[in-house]
Amino acid sequence: MDFKQLAFYFFAAVLVFAASMVITVRNPVRAALFLVLAFFSAAAVWMQLHAEFLSITLVLVYVGAVMVLFLFVVMMLDINLVRLREGFGEYLPIGGLVAVLLVLEMAIVLGSGPFGIEQMPEPAPLPADYSNTRALGRVLYTQYLYPFEIAALILLVAIVAAIALTMRRRKDSKYQNPGKQIQVQRGDRVRLVKMRAEKKS
Amino acid sequence: MTETLLGFWLALPSWLQILLANLVKIVIIVLPVVLAVAYLTYAERKIIGYMQVRVGPNRVGPRGWLQPIMDAVKLMFKEIIVPTNANRFLFIGAPILAFAPAMVAWAVIPFSDTLWLTNIDAGLLFILALTSMGVYGVIIAGWASNSKYAFLGSLRSAAQIVAYEIAMGFALVGVLMAAGSLNLREIALAQAGGAHHWYILPLFPLFLVYFISGVAETNRAPFDVAEGESEIVAGFHVEYSGMAFALFFLGEYANMILIGALAAVMFLGGWTTPFTPAVVASLPWLGDGIHWFLIKVSFLMFCFLWFRATFPRYRYDQIMRLGWKVFIPVTLVWIVVIGVAKFLTPWGYLFH
Repeated sequence: MDFKQLAFYFFAAVLVFAASMVITVRNPVRAALFLVLAFFSAAAVWMQLHAEFLSITLVLVYVGAVMVLFLFVVMMLDINLVRLREGFGEYLPIGGLVAVLLVLEMAIVLGSGPFGIEQMPEPAPLPADYSNTRALGRVLYTQYLYPFEIAALILLVAIVAAIALTMRRRKDSKYQNPGKQIQVQRGDRVRLVKMRAEKKS
Repeated sequence: MTETLLGFWLALPSWLQILLANLVKIVIIVLPVVLAVAYLTYAERKIIGYMQVRVGPNRVGPRGWLQPIMDAVKLMFKEIIVPTNANRFLFIGAPILAFAPAMVAWAVIPFSDTLWLTNIDAGLLFILALTSMGVYGVIIAGWASNSKYAFLGSLRSAAQIVAYEIAMGFALVGVLMAAGSLNLREIALAQAGGAHHWYILPLFPLFLVYFISGVAETNRAPFDVAEGESEIVAGFHVEYSGMAFALFFLGEYANMILIGALAAVMFLGGWTTPFTPAVVASLPWLGDGIHWFLIKVSFLMFCFLWFRATFPRYRYDQIMRLGWKVFIPVTLVWIVVIGVAKFLTPWGYLFH
């Protein structure tokens, strides 16, 4: 077993461990942190496949942004752990059955036939100066320009819809207008009143 | 003596040679960074002192030069107090999470044409991914402390960091478009040939957005609501003491220097000289070199301290407004300007 294989098995083991901890650990914050660890291990595995752009983007987007917001919400939740575990025994047989079926199906698909591992020989090693990022960008903006732009547009619509659904303008909340604040002159706010000194009576 | 050492070195297996060489390089980079962080705190107290017509620290050592060393010694000998009901593991882990990314990012910074630890192709992406991880230290510290003030501070800080990271990323997209590369060394080399080639000129709005976002990202004044002393004591690290507190401090200052170094590489030409090749040909000592990089970073660091001494703290809603409603539109418009100018008009050469 050479170093590459060793590294793969290490990261794969960490990934599986972290993923199983996500669903078994009791504290939701710790579960979210284990999910972060799982993303990291997945990024390391992708890095071994020479997919450095996808790998770093996974860390950037999921670890750097999505999970931060996730933690943000989870930390403020007041979750009743006892109620969460209610009905665990009821669902266990069905869930276990589904899991076993999934593993079996995967084993059958990967084990033989057109999707077998022998159908996918190891790709030729790329030269050291090969830039995955450059290649991806070139393909994305020429060959797949329309699908890419359509996906971008759908995401934009989703953002607008999310904002439109959650935004509520309350009549009684007060806003400041920074432009007006800057434009204000002394004369608008202060009124000088001349008063003659009063005489002592 | 040297021959026996050389013989010993050559007798080692090649992977051990690579490992040892890289370890030595890492130490050569990290030690000066930590020293620079220590003396940045000294410089901060001195410079702000002079700006406020005082002298600053001047008791420990000649003119106070040993002050940061004594601060470090004092912090090391203090007890680390873990609050009751705090999550012990995360409480200790949070400062490390805040400090480590700030150090790792130095791996891809090119100090000069030949001085760097690694020269990876996706250097800019790597930096973005690492700087986005610094927020975990803050969030986890706030949550693990089991304290309302720490939690409020961490929430504020996290929202602020996430907001400004987007503007920062967009500013870097502009640099990426101008240089046509994600490799930091190539970005700096694309600006060689004098100060008029630096990206600060065609990308001036992006430089402003990047630098101000950098100030906000590191939670420095005037964006330091995360530790707003007047409202929430000291924010997310209020429960920390001793070396755990020092790690947060070191991480914050290391991040400041990192932002300065990145701004120097991406907008000010890195190690390249500000003089034109004609001037350098007659005066060779003005040529490229690591000293230009250090001078540029030092100037940007001075700006950080200058801001802190000059501006009053922003109000929280104004910080959010600036990040979302001013900076992101500015960067988006300038990215469109670069793209249109480069491919549809004859003025593309302005953006290289």
